[in-house]
Amino acid sequence: MRRRDFLYVSGIGVGASMLQSIPVIGRDIAIEDALIPVDASLKKKLADIALNAARSKGATYADVRIGRYLNQFLTTRETRVESISNTESYGMGIRVIANGSWGFAAIDNLTEDTIAKAAASAVQIAKVNSKLLTEPVRLAPQKGYGEVSWTTPFEKNSFEIPIKEKTELLLAVNDAALKGGANFVNSSLFLVNEQKYFASTEGSYIDQDIHRLWPTFTVTKIDSKSGKFETRNSLSSPMGMGYEYLNPKKEEEIDGLFTIYKKRYNMLEDAVTATRHVDEKLRSKPVEPGKYDLIIDPTNLFLTIHESVGHPSELDRVLGYEANYAGTSFLTLDKWESKKFNFGSKIVNFEADKTEKGSLAAVGYDDEGVKCKNWDIIKDGILVNYQTIRDQAHILGLPESQGCCYADSWDKVQFQRMPNVSLKAGKTPLSANEMVKNVEKGIYIFGRNSYSIDQQRYNFQFSGQLCFEVNDGKIGGLLKDVAYQSNTQEFWNSCSAICDEKDYRLGGSFFDGKGQPSQVSAVSHGCATTLFKGVNVINTGRKI
Amino acid sequence: MGIISKAEAQAILKKALSFSKADECEVSLNGTEGGNIRYARNAVSTAGDISTMGLAISSTFGKKTGSATINEFDDASLEKVVRRSEELAQLAPPNPEYVSLEGPKTFAESITYNAATAAINPDIRAEAVRKSLEVAKAANLEAAGFLENSTSFRAIMNSKGLFAYNTDTDVSFSVTTRNQAGTGSGYVSESFNDISKLDTLALTKVASAKANGSAGARAIEPGKYTVILEPLAASDMLSNMVRGFDARSAEEGRSFMSKKGGGTRLGEQLFNEQVNIYSDPFNADLPSGTWNGDGLPQEKVTWVEKGVVKNLSYSRYWAQQKNVKPIAGANRIIMEGGTASLEDLIKSTEKGILVTRFWYIRSVDPQTLLLTGLTRDGTFYIENGKIMFPVKNFRFNESPIIMLNNVEALGKPQRSGNMIVPPMKIRDFTFSSLSDAV
Repeated sequence: MRRRDFLYVSGIGVGASMLQSIPVIGRDIAIEDALIPVDASLKKKLADIALNAARSKGATYADVRIGRYLNQFLTTRETRVESISNTESYGMGIRVIANGSWGFAAIDNLTEDTIAKAAASAVQIAKVNSKLLTEPVRLAPQKGYGEVSWTTPFEKNSFEIPIKEKTELLLAVNDAALKGGANFVNSSLFLVNEQKYFASTEGSYIDQDIHRLWPTFTVTKIDSKSGKFETRNSLSSPMGMGYEYLNPKKEEEIDGLFTIYKKRYNMLEDAVTATRHVDEKLRSKPVEPGKYDLIIDPTNLFLTIHESVGHPSELDRVLGYEANYAGTSFLTLDKWESKKFNFGSKIVNFEADKTEKGSLAAVGYDDEGVKCKNWDIIKDGILVNYQTIRDQAHILGLPESQGCCYADSWDKVQFQRMPNVSLKAGKTPLSANEMVKNVEKGIYIFGRNSYSIDQQRYNFQFSGQLCFEVNDGKIGGLLKDVAYQSNTQEFWNSCSAICDEKDYRLGGSFFDGKGQPSQVSAVSHGCATTLFKGVNVINTGRKI
Repeated sequence: MGIISKAEAQAILKKALSFSKADECEVSLNGTEGGNIRYARNAVSTAGDISTMGLAISSTFGKKTGSATINEFDDASLEKVVRRSEELAQLAPPNPEYVSLEGPKTFAESITYNAATAAINPDIRAEAVRKSLEVAKAANLEAAGFLENSTSFRAIMNSKGLFAYNTDTDVSFSVTTRNQAGTGSGYVSESFNDISKLDTLALTKVASAKANGSAGARAIEPGKYTVILEPLAASDMLSNMVRGFDARSAEEGRSFMSKKGGGTRLGEQLFNEQVNIYSDPFNADLPSGTWNGDGLPQEKVTWVEKGVVKNLSYSRYWAQQKNVKPIAGANRIIMEGGTASLEDLIKSTEKGILVTRFWYIRSVDPQTLLLTGLTRDGTFYIENGKIMFPVKNFRFNESPIIMLNNVEALGKPQRSGNMIVPPMKIRDFTFSSLSDAV
């Protein structure tokens, strides 16, 4: 069905019986068609069918999400394009409360009849499960916003950039690495556009258009004599931006040991640097295990923040809702109630945020129709708050939700997902170069690599893409087989200096997993280069 | 829509192919019907039903391929999606690694479908959870669990005459039970094709015993220990290894299967001679489809025999380059063992650690396949053949290659997730630090 035809059919009224035999919206791959969002008034009509059907079957609350999720993944290796994949997923998820219990149903074939049946099925599931309730669901109050919309601020829609331009960039990146002597190079570009519509029985009809992208590569060199190989990954960050992220801008670069990037990324230049780094990694000396001062660049620290601060401050984990999968949390309610749990040193301040421009978690409204905002989680080293959603806000005595609800698809139930959780930059002027000068025996770490943390978020182990030795205030050569192992509370209490705002950058996780069935979400973590005193470093070299 | 019959799938695929103008064209259909129920804090939290079906098409002109998907199945939509993939193919750069599609083949009928599992409904799921909650509450524990079932079909057809269709069913259940003080935690996880094998009451009893038994764990020094890995823990370590049984990455020199100076370790004694690993789509406890998405048969393949690497997977392209038969990747592996029970392995251990499961395993070094991760939900100290007391969880840094060289004994294999593995007794397993997590 062509889009024009679709508009015509729908325009005659969704009550028309012919809709029962005509799929309302298909799943065509045509990106140029999909770029034209489905008209909000049509989505409102579809949503109202579901809301009315749910109410008529006995739901005391219902919300509907109509989602159209566009993905474009381009992957290349060496001189060739491996795959260009465009996918679209379109459908509706209906969530209801009946007899005090949640129920959910999802469908991708949207007709008046199938929508009403799905709503009835969601109510039926809620009623069956209400027999296994201990207490009825309590939703924090939420006003309806009426018909509103929100779009990610971007300059260039990534999906409108010709595929040729994107593959040429990736192949140019590969060419630069191969010219530098790389044996292998893989590069890829992930693009996401979520066009999602939310409606609830509380009177919100929210239309949002959300954009994210992640360019990345891996350069590999093999030393055939020793049979060893080394890799260096891109130091890009996934962003909530348009294609402009890939247009370099001098003012978004920081010159240091090598160029690092803020809200613009020079992929070609990073590939050249990476290829040089791989040579250095092949020649690097093994680390001597022991205690080191760690200078951690945001390209590495963002992930440590994600795992050791972001996850343990999720209220659903604290309460036990994730006990069977992601785990629980050491940040138990008594620590928050005491108002003196010493999470980190006095200079450690973490803010939760769903509004920062360019960040992955920024949206106008969350997936249960709550307007987004920001708040403190750790203030002057003390645990002061968590992250939560409507049916758990009352546990913290909050008058409203913090807007952290998200589902990665229309066919999954929305639940608590992490906002951006960022370490505030230092208040006194300090650059990374100045920070290094005060370190006697240290390691300067860049880039994400291996990461692992326990299910309550105490014990972690992280490694990096580049680990430079620091001796007497000077940066030396690269070290290999480096991993830092610590305990969350000890680690953040060893935080002794944070660079200033000029060094603040966003890192991010594009595919953060949680929940059963498992869902991914994308979230950013901002920070500046940070110094940690006396952290345990192990050597991970082995022979097989 | 969700599940359609072989004849219905064949008709849709045939129709789609009839619109093709490409040199080669391949169409696939997938559908799923299923549901899930999740519970935590001894009450149901979320539950739902999901039904989806989609068609994917790849058109190739020369070596230029384009793909498109759709979920409408009327003639006009099918023609439209064919045209769309053809337009994308004309825009795509030629792929020098393109291999012409597989011709017609006869695949054996799989044993992956079970009617009772296909008949699971929200009431059956709620009843299974009710039994689990009953056990947890009686043991004064807090349960969080997940039960999910699905019935799926997949079908492929291509312009060279290949057609295949398969249906399968699956049900999986896991539960974590924790004591009120948060000092003890237990876990079980099981998957089946046949719901009649699922007993949520008995499984929750096992998790509950672990939870109560693991309370009050003592800290012991990290270091090298003899460990007894329950099948769940063993499968956690192995799943990271079997993905590396790939000829191409080995021959390119970037895998633990690469040989110093070039080539692969195929034919080498890489593991202890007690280690035998294979795949078999007709294993009654772990059946799988008899063909993969490339139109290659999934047959019985021996990966490791008496510790010697016997096969690596070859993609169709790499097989053509190397002039060998393509072998589909290791799917649903089975590791042989002995007849000893877990209790027998414990009895034969002078000093060691019993591990229920591992958690958050990540690769640290792809060259040695060094992995890091932690123990979770029941870690116990063994002395003179007896479990003495629960111990605090450890972080490990260990390679499954080294681990399978240090095999002391293997017990009776059982299904764990998507593999069958024995409980294992392993010497010199490296624990590098302690964790406070319960």
